[in-house]
Amino acid sequence: MTINERQDELIEDFELFDEWESKYEYIIDLGKQFPPLEEQYKTEENIIKGCQSKVWLHAYMQDNKLMFEADSDAIIVRGLVSMLVKVLSGHTPEEIAKSDLYFMERIGLHQHLAQTRSNGLASMLKQMKAYAIAYQAVNN
Amino acid sequence: MQTIQTDLNIEAIRSDFPILSEVVNGKPLVYFDNAATTQKPRAVLDALNGYYEHYNANIHRGIHHLAEKATSAFEASRRRIQEYINARQHEEIIFTYGTTDGINLVAQTYGRAFLKEGDEIIISTMEHHSNIVPWQMLCEEKGCILRVIPINDAGELLMDEYEKMLSERTKFVSVVHVSNSLGTINPVAEIIEKAHQVGARVLIDGAQATSHLHIDVQALDCDFFTFSLHKMYGPTGIGALYGKRELLEAMPPFRGGGEMIKEVTFERSTYNDLPYKFEAGTPNIADVVASKYALDYVASLGKDAIGTYEHDLLTYATDALQSIDGLRIIGTAREKISVVSFVIDGVHHQDTGVLLDQQGIAIRTGHHCTQPLMRRFGIPGTSRASFAVYNTTEEIDRLVQGLYKVKKMLG
Repeated sequence: MTINERQDELIEDFELFDEWESKYEYIIDLGKQFPPLEEQYKTEENIIKGCQSKVWLHAYMQDNKLMFEADSDAIIVRGLVSMLVKVLSGHTPEEIAKSDLYFMERIGLHQHLAQTRSNGLASMLKQMKAYAIAYQAVNN
Repeated sequence: MQTIQTDLNIEAIRSDFPILSEVVNGKPLVYFDNAATTQKPRAVLDALNGYYEHYNANIHRGIHHLAEKATSAFEASRRRIQEYINARQHEEIIFTYGTTDGINLVAQTYGRAFLKEGDEIIISTMEHHSNIVPWQMLCEEKGCILRVIPINDAGELLMDEYEKMLSERTKFVSVVHVSNSLGTINPVAEIIEKAHQVGARVLIDGAQATSHLHIDVQALDCDFFTFSLHKMYGPTGIGALYGKRELLEAMPPFRGGGEMIKEVTFERSTYNDLPYKFEAGTPNIADVVASKYALDYVASLGKDAIGTYEHDLLTYATDALQSIDGLRIIGTAREKISVVSFVIDGVHHQDTGVLLDQQGIAIRTGHHCTQPLMRRFGIPGTSRASFAVYNTTEEIDRLVQGLYKVKKMLG
């Protein structure tokens, strides 16, 4: 599945919910189901500090694809993080670097990306792209 | 649930604040982030507009009608603040950008001029970062030593420990009057008296105190007192620093520029008299002017009536929140203003904040710019509800119901 196909799939999932409760219950569920990051990767280097919650991001290359694993100490952020990982992980650095993420806005969750300091999510997305650009440079 | 008896007409007060009729995420706004900033009554909004519509002009030097009117209004605010905190003279009131700016001013002028290597500066565990970092910067530059008064588990200063810390090496004490994270009211009169016994100067960070408590800087005998108008129904970007005249006279200026000078040549400049010596550049005229209307508004309701009502809200909220399973209040001092900080077992404060926001309820979550205090309690942060005179018990009921929903959704 391409990055955009994965985004469209998420948008479709969220179309089922017309109330904030069900939408957030789904995000909380995603957060609960998301496999925790192995402790060895919860390093100071991998931490993206938000003002309120912590986000950890671990990146590595596998078969020319850039893979992401991540975690957060807050459950809603964890759910949001799982969506970013689902959309971007497992694609080539080129695809990730030039990707345009529109699903958060379409789902009506863009405020979580805007609050840079409070949840580290925007910084995480920036970091994912930075990894992609860095690995792209290594590959070339 | 019972309601609170008060002589205040809360409904009428609410209608003075246009923003309280906002709808957030489809629900009527419940605003419980008053310790961060209070909302502004119409009188303040009208004063801001009125200034720009009718007498916007630069102050103090113009001789035309508008300049004179603006200058009079600006100086009337200074005198109103003088009266509000009972300073001896209006020259002892310096306008700043806010509490943080006031602390930096004292650290960078009094501190740099009069503190030297080995001198000790005392702060407390419950200080806001704005009353920690300016002193750390000074310590780094001058080789002073920063000492910290510990607290007990209720969030009260350990006064015996404070007394033990005091010595002839103590040159400055800078403590918060009321904790923004816990709501604790500190015994500042006693702190000041003890510090003066060893010859130390004292600054009181009054940011959270001025909208809730009577402030009398002469009775307190503090050397400096600093606060922000936006936390007491006034505009943002404006604060005041009170300093004893003899100290302000002895201190070097802070920023250089226009207004703060008497005469400038390329060889040297002489400085203006108080308070202008510390007010370089064109000040925030509109917000200073409107500040007077905020203080008048508070006075029209009556400080005692506000204090009593807010205390009743605190009691009501404390009882109601404690009924929630797994909720623990952080900050249980005997003397508190209307701030309730809490943690819920197994629930991250950010999740609490996000889910309450979906229900139209604005609280603050996080470390509240008091990271060392959070470390003392061994927690990353809290959820904090802080009440102002326009809040109601019905709103507290909505918070409690909202928290039950949060627990259910995250459970």
